[in-house]
Amino acid sequence: MLETLIAGIVIFTLSTFLGVELIHRVPSTLHTPLMSGANAISGITVVGALIMAGAGHGWISNVLGFLAVVFAMVNVAGGYVVTDRMLQMFKRKPTVEAE
Amino acid sequence: MSGPLVQLLYLGAAICFVLGLKWLSSPATAVRGNRVSGFGMLMAVVITLLSEPAVSYTVIIAGVVVGGGLGLWMARAVKMTAMPQMVALLNGLGGGASLVVGSAEFMKSEMLGEHLLLDTSIALHIAVLIGGVTLTGSVIAFAKLQELMSGRAITFPLQKTLNAVLFLGAVTIAVFQVTQPESLLGPFLVLVGVALALGVLLVIPIGGADMPVVISLLNSYSGIAAAMTGFVIRNEVLIISGALVGSSGIILSQIMCKAMNRSLANVLFGAFGATVQISGKSAEGLTARQTSADDVAVQLAYAQSVIVVPGYGLAVAQAQHVLRELADLAEKKGVTVKYAIHPVAGRMPGHMNVLLAEANVPYDKLFDMDEINSEFERTDLVLVIGANDVVNPAARTDPSSPIYGMPILNVDYAKAVVVLKRGMGAGFAGIENELFFNPKTAMLFGDAKQSLTKLVAELKTL
Repeated sequence: MLETLIAGIVIFTLSTFLGVELIHRVPSTLHTPLMSGANAISGITVVGALIMAGAGHGWISNVLGFLAVVFAMVNVAGGYVVTDRMLQMFKRKPTVEAE
Repeated sequence: MSGPLVQLLYLGAAICFVLGLKWLSSPATAVRGNRVSGFGMLMAVVITLLSEPAVSYTVIIAGVVVGGGLGLWMARAVKMTAMPQMVALLNGLGGGASLVVGSAEFMKSEMLGEHLLLDTSIALHIAVLIGGVTLTGSVIAFAKLQELMSGRAITFPLQKTLNAVLFLGAVTIAVFQVTQPESLLGPFLVLVGVALALGVLLVIPIGGADMPVVISLLNSYSGIAAAMTGFVIRNEVLIISGALVGSSGIILSQIMCKAMNRSLANVLFGAFGATVQISGKSAEGLTARQTSADDVAVQLAYAQSVIVVPGYGLAVAQAQHVLRELADLAEKKGVTVKYAIHPVAGRMPGHMNVLLAEANVPYDKLFDMDEINSEFERTDLVLVIGANDVVNPAARTDPSSPIYGMPILNVDYAKAVVVLKRGMGAGFAGIENELFFNPKTAMLFGDAKQSLTKLVAELKTL
């Protein structure tokens, strides 16, 4: 038990440092898509939600599982698609005029 | 699929997230980054479904269809001006997902009569607490940004005491639960209730102008809650992704706080904007010089260098597109046009950049405060459109001003300034602006979109 906990703490700490390094490189012009994109990544809870929803431990567990999947899926689908929509606008070539 | 293979595949998903964030470092690679990150998510979902065969897929399919459909619809329908609300809502749902997964895990152990392991129990209670705060806190942030409720800070006597008591209460319950040989349902439900109440109480005293910090912070919370959920279900990819998002939110909160010259504690507990604040220097006896569209058009046509300072008022008036048209016309006359973006120009970090990008303003013409502040002295004309506090010289000169010390765009160093503004009202933070009374400054009153449309028409005749 203790080994997995320690391993988890190590992973969490190193990932935090990695995150700080990565995020500092994102230019301020992309901070809004960064937030919505990061948000989509935090939808990774969908993994836990799917396990709960499929476990079939009775109706309370089913209701909670359903809610969890809905919440996480809105996060994932909404987050990635809206981020893509924003980033497409930045992709436009500076010289191309949309007139 | 077997354990080690599943673990390695999850690692692959985590690598996709890391690459996704890495490629966000440039607009040229950002689209690819986001898609790789999305692919990682798809991978994680598929691995989960294959490695943890469900008893019944009905609930899963229903959840994926409803949630995915709702998410897609929101992502397509949302206006770029409403992006802060959208992100606030997504943050809340992320926190909510962690809250519900934690609760489901707890209920499972209750029903099966299993004991939660100590580390699982600790992580579970933290996930529920942070997830709950994130959920209701984000809902309040959403309501304030969507103007479903007043953006003003809501305060009442003993508010901080109540919050402190609730927080300590939540921690006490969590410690009690974790140290019991068997966790009890009653205290658990109380903990959930307290977490939800805390989310509301922590965000209502924060004024609308500080929402960028709040959204960033809630973004971070949703990540930490996801990481804690990872400890509960023993899945490393959740821990990695949660930690990445957690650090992202913290960094953005810091950047926003620095841009406002406030500490995080001051933003969270200072109740800034609860009352209309009046600067030490009164504006009485001073008059602002008014100008007309044709005068400004002439100034614009004969300037060599122009810097546009857009504020949220520009977005409210939906005037970004007319602004770009004006800039294009001016550039055809040989004027150099640049845009100066203050970090808190929009309602969330980078918001103004997105709004201008939507109007086809090339991103290489957008400059952040540090890049452009030295250029104002050499600039012929500055157009301030719908911005107020971020160009208020009182931040540099008047120690009695509430915004004293906040880094601002030094537009008063330019040779001439034209402020496009609806009327003489104070800004979002409710502070008088002495820039408007500067002899160099002329005011062009009216709706930003109408004024800019007139300017375009006048400029065409020159």
